[in-house]
Amino acid sequence: MTVRDLEPRPVTEQARLGDTLREYGRRLAPGELLNLPVLLGLVLIWGIFQAANDRFLSPVNLTNLMLQIAATGMIAIGVVVVLLIGEIDLSVAQVSGLSAATMAVLSTTGGVPGPLAILIALTLGAAIGLFHGLWITRFGVPSFVVTLAGLLGWLGVQLSVLGRTGTVNLADPAIIGLAGTFLPPIVGWIGAVAVIAVISAAAVLSRRRRAAAGFKPPNTRIFVMRSIVVSLPILGAMAVFNADRGLPLSVAIFVGFVVLFDLLTTRTRFGRHARALGGNSEAARRAGIAVDRIRVLAFVLASTMAAAGGILGASRLLAVNQSSGGSDLLLNVIAAAVIGGTSLFGGRGSAWSALLGTLVIGSIANGMDLLAVSSNVKFMVTGAVLLIATTIDAVARRGRLTAGHA
Amino acid sequence: MTVPLLELRGISKWFGAVQALAAVDFECRAGEVVALVGDNGAGKSTLAKIIAGALPADLGEIHFEGQLVAINGPNHAAALRIAVVYQDLALCDNLDVVANLYLGREVTAGGWLYETEMERTAIALLAGLSVSMPNVRAPVVSLSGGQRQSIAIVRATMGNPKLVILDEPTAALGVAQTRQVLDLIHCLRGQGLGIIMICHKLAEVFAISDRIVVLRLGRHVETFHTDQTTTQEVVNAITNARSVESTPALWPRSSSAPGESAR
Repeated sequence: MTVRDLEPRPVTEQARLGDTLREYGRRLAPGELLNLPVLLGLVLIWGIFQAANDRFLSPVNLTNLMLQIAATGMIAIGVVVVLLIGEIDLSVAQVSGLSAATMAVLSTTGGVPGPLAILIALTLGAAIGLFHGLWITRFGVPSFVVTLAGLLGWLGVQLSVLGRTGTVNLADPAIIGLAGTFLPPIVGWIGAVAVIAVISAAAVLSRRRRAAAGFKPPNTRIFVMRSIVVSLPILGAMAVFNADRGLPLSVAIFVGFVVLFDLLTTRTRFGRHARALGGNSEAARRAGIAVDRIRVLAFVLASTMAAAGGILGASRLLAVNQSSGGSDLLLNVIAAAVIGGTSLFGGRGSAWSALLGTLVIGSIANGMDLLAVSSNVKFMVTGAVLLIATTIDAVARRGRLTAGHA
Repeated sequence: MTVPLLELRGISKWFGAVQALAAVDFECRAGEVVALVGDNGAGKSTLAKIIAGALPADLGEIHFEGQLVAINGPNHAAALRIAVVYQDLALCDNLDVVANLYLGREVTAGGWLYETEMERTAIALLAGLSVSMPNVRAPVVSLSGGQRQSIAIVRATMGNPKLVILDEPTAALGVAQTRQVLDLIHCLRGQGLGIIMICHKLAEVFAISDRIVVLRLGRHVETFHTDQTTTQEVVNAITNARSVESTPALWPRSSSAPGESAR
């Protein structure tokens, strides 16, 4: 939902409606901004759970679902960046736990004000990412190994920080407010309209600029239709939130970061270089790109987003304990990025896959909880969905490649 | 006579005990395609790498536009406006044509990538070189071998080079695609660039080059003017064949070829 997917492409003749729809469909193909098979999969999952329990698609439950995935999603955004450059960060879940623990201890026993404790936790995350990135680039140790060591090491640090009791309850209003605040309906609506206005303005501006550069834009009807297609989910989501308690602050933060990272990875020089690095690191190096700097920056971003996710998660659970950042969190964030359409092999993916992937995984967990399914089945279903989603993606891409070469 | 764009004098290079190049003289003029031919191990790639700054020469002088220069690295070569297209092309398959052309030299406006401007200039650039590219927003992985090679060559010309070195530009291509690439090289020559082309296929060498430089076992054994020679003559020079057509003058120059014992 950036200006990119609204941008008309140069067409030599006036495109017909069918052509443009097909073209749009192609842009929605795996690896592009929105991953069509996964969207369809999500619709299917929602349909199944709604059929099994009609409370699933209620505003209350959908709001809860979004609250549940916000923290995981924040971490997944960072994972997407690292995957884009063709590396992996196995320490993100543990870094989220350590950052949350640090914030919690500073805030409760240290008496540090909430906002400052949050800032320190984010800085700690960035510092850890810097350490990982520098170690990987200076010594040439694979990121898999460095961050695996991080996974173990930072868990130890987290346990030390938490001390003997092992659990710290949060009370600071600023920290609790992150996940406990719901924006009033009127604020939500104004925000939604403002976002749509910005997107439309950017699209119109881009269209004008392209027209000035001599590109023929597709016809106006399709242009307007695309704008509506982008606006509807925003308005729809807002209607759902406002039918319940309103837009949760943590969800607004999460979606805001998705948009921010989408812009960063598609519209900036850093994003272009990161993708180049993931596609062909030798080519990137020969093109004069400071590849090590891009790598270090990617790990800093991943760890910082992990810290942010940890903070949101702690805020929602009102506590940090020894298992914060543990259990299946790491597997879920990596699975989310991959289900959302980001390649494990670098160069291909989008920040939106963090939202889409966590939405799929979160929906399954949420729906099964509603149905009171035990966790053994939950794990098996999540595993099967990961397998199916990535298989569809792989098969679809192979089809596209063959077509491209013909 | 104008000063050659590039002039090498007595370039020698050893890898340990093996002499890869032995006092090679070489020149390339602006608006000229020089084909560098020779058998495997003749020293073609080594010579190209020395010009490109990827390898230092052990002995010899390099003159660029009449000036004595030291090319101590790829950046040095780039500063002299010497561009190289290696056989692996160094393209990012996941990025589109525009992104590949502008990789490392992206146009930005206010910190954001200025896609419209890059796309517009990319289309103009490709059209100016008669490279047909139906969709400049297609990822490079979906292009044909000829199109990929063309993109790599066009990319090399983005820095406005004076000399372009092409390492086997047609090695993996079919007939039609080879034609595309040769047309592109022709176009670049027309713009006054000096072009050094390493090539194994003599048909293409004869189709495009102005002069043919033959290396054998690290020595520059012969230079032919393309329009004054035959394939047979060139083949003989490459293989050192005892053929009736071969000129007797060749023999003394190659009788003590170094590296013979090392092979």
